[in-house]
Amino acid sequence: MTYAERMRHKLTEGLAPARLEIEDDSNRHHGHAGSHPSGETHFTVRVVSEKFRGLGRVARQRLVYGLLKDELTERVHALALETKAPGE
Amino acid sequence: MTATNPVFDRIKQDVSANKVMLYMKGSPVFPQCGFSAAVVQVLSHMGVKFKSADVLQDSQLRDGIKAFSEWPTIPQLYVDGEFVGGCDIVREMFQTGELGQLFKTKGVAFNEQARPE
Repeated sequence: MTYAERMRHKLTEGLAPARLEIEDDSNRHHGHAGSHPSGETHFTVRVVSEKFRGLGRVARQRLVYGLLKDELTERVHALALETKAPGE
Repeated sequence: MTATNPVFDRIKQDVSANKVMLYMKGSPVFPQCGFSAAVVQVLSHMGVKFKSADVLQDSQLRDGIKAFSEWPTIPQLYVDGEFVGGCDIVREMFQTGELGQLFKTKGVAFNEQARPE
């Protein structure tokens, strides 16, 4: 399974998102600190989930980081995150 | 991680001694990462004075700040001892005007004419 697939799986399970987009931006960071020859180091993740409602920005991102802890430790270097509740 | 991590004392001291404290990769003049550069750009654009620490110079600090903030990535911005967030959050708060509000509330001087481009 690719890291993108693993992240999609974990975010789907953990957040039951109304919308989930994962884009691999690794090419844009090629050769830069944290890049890896096989890519899959930098992603943009856009999530719309009811679970974010009532949470501040930091809490929302911590929730995502918590779910993707293993991926962040193993390979993923940085995530650009957009976290919204439905209707926001 | 427990509170006995010796780096935590240094971080606590830095974030309380400096109203605006940025943990980043590289220096404000030579950022070593696009995300760090983006936060420096926002702060500079707003005319905010800030202190920065380069985590690439110090692996203990690099791991320590992640544990201290319970936040896995760099950059990290602190205002008045409180963790504000990383690059996405800082940028978004600048766009919405919330960052200016925060600086105002915390008594941090900044150029109030500075608007998102």
